[in-house]
Amino acid sequence: MLSKRIIPCLDVKNGQVVKGVKFKQHEIVGDIIELAKLYSEQGADELVFYEISASVEKRLLDLNWVRDIARNIDIPFCVAGGIKSVSDAAKVLEQGADKISINSPAIARPELIKELHDEFGKQCVVVGVDSFYDEQSGEFLVYQLTGDPNAASQTRYKTQEWISKVQELGAGEIVLNCMNQDGVRKGYDIKQLKEMRALCDIPLIASGGAGKIEDFSEVFNQTNVDGALAASVFHKQVIQIPTLKQYLANNKVATRLCS
Amino acid sequence: MIAIINTGCANINSVRFAFERLGVTPEIISTPSQLNKFDRAILPGVGHANVAMKRLVEQGWKEAISRYDKPLMGICLGMQLLCDYSEEGNIDGLGMINGQIKQLQTGALTSPHMGWNTIQTVGQHPLTKGIDANDQVYFVHSFAHTVNEATLAQCEYGQSFSAIVAQDNYAGMQFHPEKSAKVGAKLLNNFMQWQV
Repeated sequence: MLSKRIIPCLDVKNGQVVKGVKFKQHEIVGDIIELAKLYSEQGADELVFYEISASVEKRLLDLNWVRDIARNIDIPFCVAGGIKSVSDAAKVLEQGADKISINSPAIARPELIKELHDEFGKQCVVVGVDSFYDEQSGEFLVYQLTGDPNAASQTRYKTQEWISKVQELGAGEIVLNCMNQDGVRKGYDIKQLKEMRALCDIPLIASGGAGKIEDFSEVFNQTNVDGALAASVFHKQVIQIPTLKQYLANNKVATRLCS
Repeated sequence: MIAIINTGCANINSVRFAFERLGVTPEIISTPSQLNKFDRAILPGVGHANVAMKRLVEQGWKEAISRYDKPLMGICLGMQLLCDYSEEGNIDGLGMINGQIKQLQTGALTSPHMGWNTIQTVGQHPLTKGIDANDQVYFVHSFAHTVNEATLAQCEYGQSFSAIVAQDNYAGMQFHPEKSAKVGAKLLNNFMQWQV
């Protein structure tokens, strides 16, 4: 049976892993390569690296660390940060990344998704969606440039319409960052994920809100997402991956256990 | 000495780094005349079958690969190209391994088949030595080889399909052993030890 994926997310800034709360106030967590090796040895199923300042600074991420990651880990990984064209993506994939994830550049120019799909195949193309629940209107809204609190802004899309559109354009996977939950460790946004899962035929990854081990079994059992992404619970060692995997296996979630 | 065949499709580095982690230094070759100098070879591949097959023919790899008599293993699309026929693009493959590549019928499951899945070995073979029922490997694909006499291990996702195949000196893995942690390393090591 296909396992549900546990995906530690490493936000990269100036060559180091950082973590913010609600996308703000970044603090340094540690060295990229050391953390990547640690998580893959502990049984992470995949890693995601976001170079958070790249899109905001209008540049492609630093390719040097991508190659070092490929050399040092033996699980798949996805890279994001300022990828705006087929040639940008080619450079990242050549270094050994398995997938590339795009977010703000896809909002600026949605055809980019189709271009990447046609060149590299669906399996490489991940679209990150930063979704904010607006209490006043009761709508889920897509945000962009969330790597920098001063640049972050609401887009013209509602989350539902954007999710349908990126699938039509050829995305192979969607990472849904539920912004209201990000970094606050109160659990995944089950209601939103359920709603978006119903619209999504491609793999869907939950992101934002993991605080305790039960949050993972809850998100898998209630929303049928394909993977769960988390950062601070792993960085702060609130949750150890082997313990999490064993817990999931005990709770009948399809899991890859590493001996 | 092991060669990695470079036809211009990406992800050569991932395969190279995986062998380097095993203490083997592969050479990346771009001309078919170099192939015979090597004891074994890997044919990686990602992308569309049509494009990749066209490159193999145009660059002269078809001839070189079919004459090669030492262990040669295709990975993912590389495996599919070693087989008789692919429904993706409706093309003939290299015909080194019996069987057809067909679109995976995933039913209500999400497609592509992406992630870690268990594999079940069929009979005993040096390539699947030490693999047990709980071992998982990393898949990313939407087409697959139909289970037949060349199948050494199979996987289930909406339907059964071949995860590992071999015939004569040719082998193939549908998943990515270079990205499959310790299990993948074991399988690559098995390939390094395989005598035909």
